[in-house]
Amino acid sequence: MSVITTRPGAAPLHDDSLVTVRHLSFSRGEHRIFRDVDLSIPRGKVTAIMGPSGTGKTTLLHLIGGQIRPDAGRIEVDGICVNELGRKDLYQLRKRMGVLFQSGALFTDLSVFDNVAFPLREHTRLSESMIRTLVLMKLEAVGLRGARALMPSQLSGGMSRRVALARAIALDPMMILYDEPFAGQDPISMSVLVQLIRTLNDALGLTSIIVSHDVKETATIADYLYLISDGQVVDHGTPEELSHSTSPWVDQFIHALPDGPMSFHYAAPPYEADLLTGTSP
Amino acid sequence: MKQKNLELAVGLFVALGLAAFLMLALKVSDLTSFGDDEGYRVTAKFENIGGLKTQAPVTLSGVRIGRVVHIGLDPQSYEAVVTLLINPKYNQLPDDSGASILTAGLLGEQYVGLDPGGMDTYLKDGGTIKLTQSALVLEKLIGRLFANIASGGSSPANTPAPAPAPAP
Amino acid sequence: MSDWLAAWGRFVLEWLSQLGRASLFLLQMLRALSFLFSRPGLLIKQLHAIGVLSLPIILVSGLFVGMVLGLQGYSNLVDFGATSSLGTVVALSLIRELGPVLTALLYAGRAGSALTAEIGLMRATEQIASMQMMAVDPFIRVLAPRFLAGFIAMPLLTGIFTAVGILGGYLVAVVQLGVDGGSFWGQMQAKVQLFADISNGVFIKSAAFGLVANWIALFQGYQAAPTSEGVSLATTRTVVDTSLAVLGLDFLLTALMFGVW
Repeated sequence: MSVITTRPGAAPLHDDSLVTVRHLSFSRGEHRIFRDVDLSIPRGKVTAIMGPSGTGKTTLLHLIGGQIRPDAGRIEVDGICVNELGRKDLYQLRKRMGVLFQSGALFTDLSVFDNVAFPLREHTRLSESMIRTLVLMKLEAVGLRGARALMPSQLSGGMSRRVALARAIALDPMMILYDEPFAGQDPISMSVLVQLIRTLNDALGLTSIIVSHDVKETATIADYLYLISDGQVVDHGTPEELSHSTSPWVDQFIHALPDGPMSFHYAAPPYEADLLTGTSP
Repeated sequence: MKQKNLELAVGLFVALGLAAFLMLALKVSDLTSFGDDEGYRVTAKFENIGGLKTQAPVTLSGVRIGRVVHIGLDPQSYEAVVTLLINPKYNQLPDDSGASILTAGLLGEQYVGLDPGGMDTYLKDGGTIKLTQSALVLEKLIGRLFANIASGGSSPANTPAPAPAPAP
Repeated sequence: MSDWLAAWGRFVLEWLSQLGRASLFLLQMLRALSFLFSRPGLLIKQLHAIGVLSLPIILVSGLFVGMVLGLQGYSNLVDFGATSSLGTVVALSLIRELGPVLTALLYAGRAGSALTAEIGLMRATEQIASMQMMAVDPFIRVLAPRFLAGFIAMPLLTGIFTAVGILGGYLVAVVQLGVDGGSFWGQMQAKVQLFADISNGVFIKSAAFGLVANWIALFQGYQAAPTSEGVSLATTRTVVDTSLAVLGLDFLLTALMFGVW
């Protein structure tokens, strides 16, 4: 742990932050996922939260969306404390958030059109023709207006993520949370998604939070990066700043080196001793 | 169009379910057998009704004309009071008709059989059948049989063992 | 010895907390029912998926069960010369026991397992979570319509099963074996009572089974681990738990309705 010392202390308070996380602690059973984490997400920017798999990045999104509550600390979205809201107010706040789940999470029994129309039909009393216009606009924005009649099972992974993106922006939210948007994508759909996230953010005036471990793609579009490991913020800054970081840990992660402070080996007793002792597995 | 088909299928399903209930009510259950509470009631007192139950049929010459609706006990005479509900179609039963409790087959259920009398006046609602014959109780029958044998009963009909062949 | 005791204690505690979770789950579903009147279309869709698509298995099974009852009843009753009460035997055994119980067991296999798998997969693929993040309550949008549809479908399916079974008995007894048709129906009508038998047996029993079967199926789906293994385990549990619950409940209800103590 001694290597993780680059920039300790609280995250910088951006001039205008949409999401602020203060002294966040969260644990699942015995396993502590976050220890006293501070974060702040600037309004109108693309912020990436990065770290190795299994460090609780997705859990952080769930905490911001109010799906789970922290053990201690505050999470504020647009000045509203998420973890103190009642169910009704939480649902009101969620109408202003879009979430792109890792799998896309399209409703498998609805067509592409109906999937995008779903939030509109649930939350507005717009006429069908109005809904049609809105849905086609959102689908056009992700380039899938022609696929409106398809069912989710007929879509490729990249396409279903784009449909899910169209659904996430259907209610014109103030921010979008992306959970591993690039995982398991071929190079072309990866660059399409990278492009989309950036253009949608700027065109619609959104605030985007990307949770990812794909360093290269994320670094190209993010305005600001947070690196998380072992329940704590290890480092943060613009991509430019981080690529010149002196910390060996950041160096290993950003440049994807197989060995370094993050050991290749899972914690184990010494190799030789292990081989020579007894029969137990 | 798709929604219409869906609605049609569900409508058919619900109609089928209701039709099944209608069939159970009308064709299978006792609902229609005698328009439930229609008809007139007459009572009959029996010394012993054996295993007679409510809902048991009331027949005349083997034709079902009503059912037993109530079984009570007369506290004075210690007799069973059976209320019969007779279909109004059969409103010309003579006043002096008799009622007996019979058994359908050896193991069958017990029912009330009516024997028409010869009077010109007919049974009305609230009337009574005076001439009654109780159920045959097997144990009593056997008991009487053995009593007859023990007392050296003279009647050949009561002697179960074949009589010795008369000497020529 | 103390290990054994501790294991038992853990089992009982786990079972009790499971029951508590399931009860809260049922309450949440019942609370969500009131919102359903504004969205009747959801109910229609589920009635189709749960009720209409279960019809073939119910129709075929009902027919065969009735035919078997007719055959077996005939071969037993013919020794006593009592084939005229065959209609009563077929109708009473179907109405009081076989109709509601077999329908519930078939329902658990056909519709209950499908409900569990559907809800379990919706959770595993984050559809439930994404619905919540779109500020849509899955209890209103997903669970309550399925619960109500199942609760409505069960008595209807039971009625259909029973009616078709009696027709199957009629086919074998009257058409095939030559029992007198008049006495088949007549004896049946004399013995089967509308309230004591049909409304108790078919209606109340099947409504109770419908409640339990759908409750178990949806609860197992909702709390299934979000993996393929978890969903398959939950589906198995639905069929096993529903079968046991239905048979146990059937004994309880029979004792209450037809018991003589």
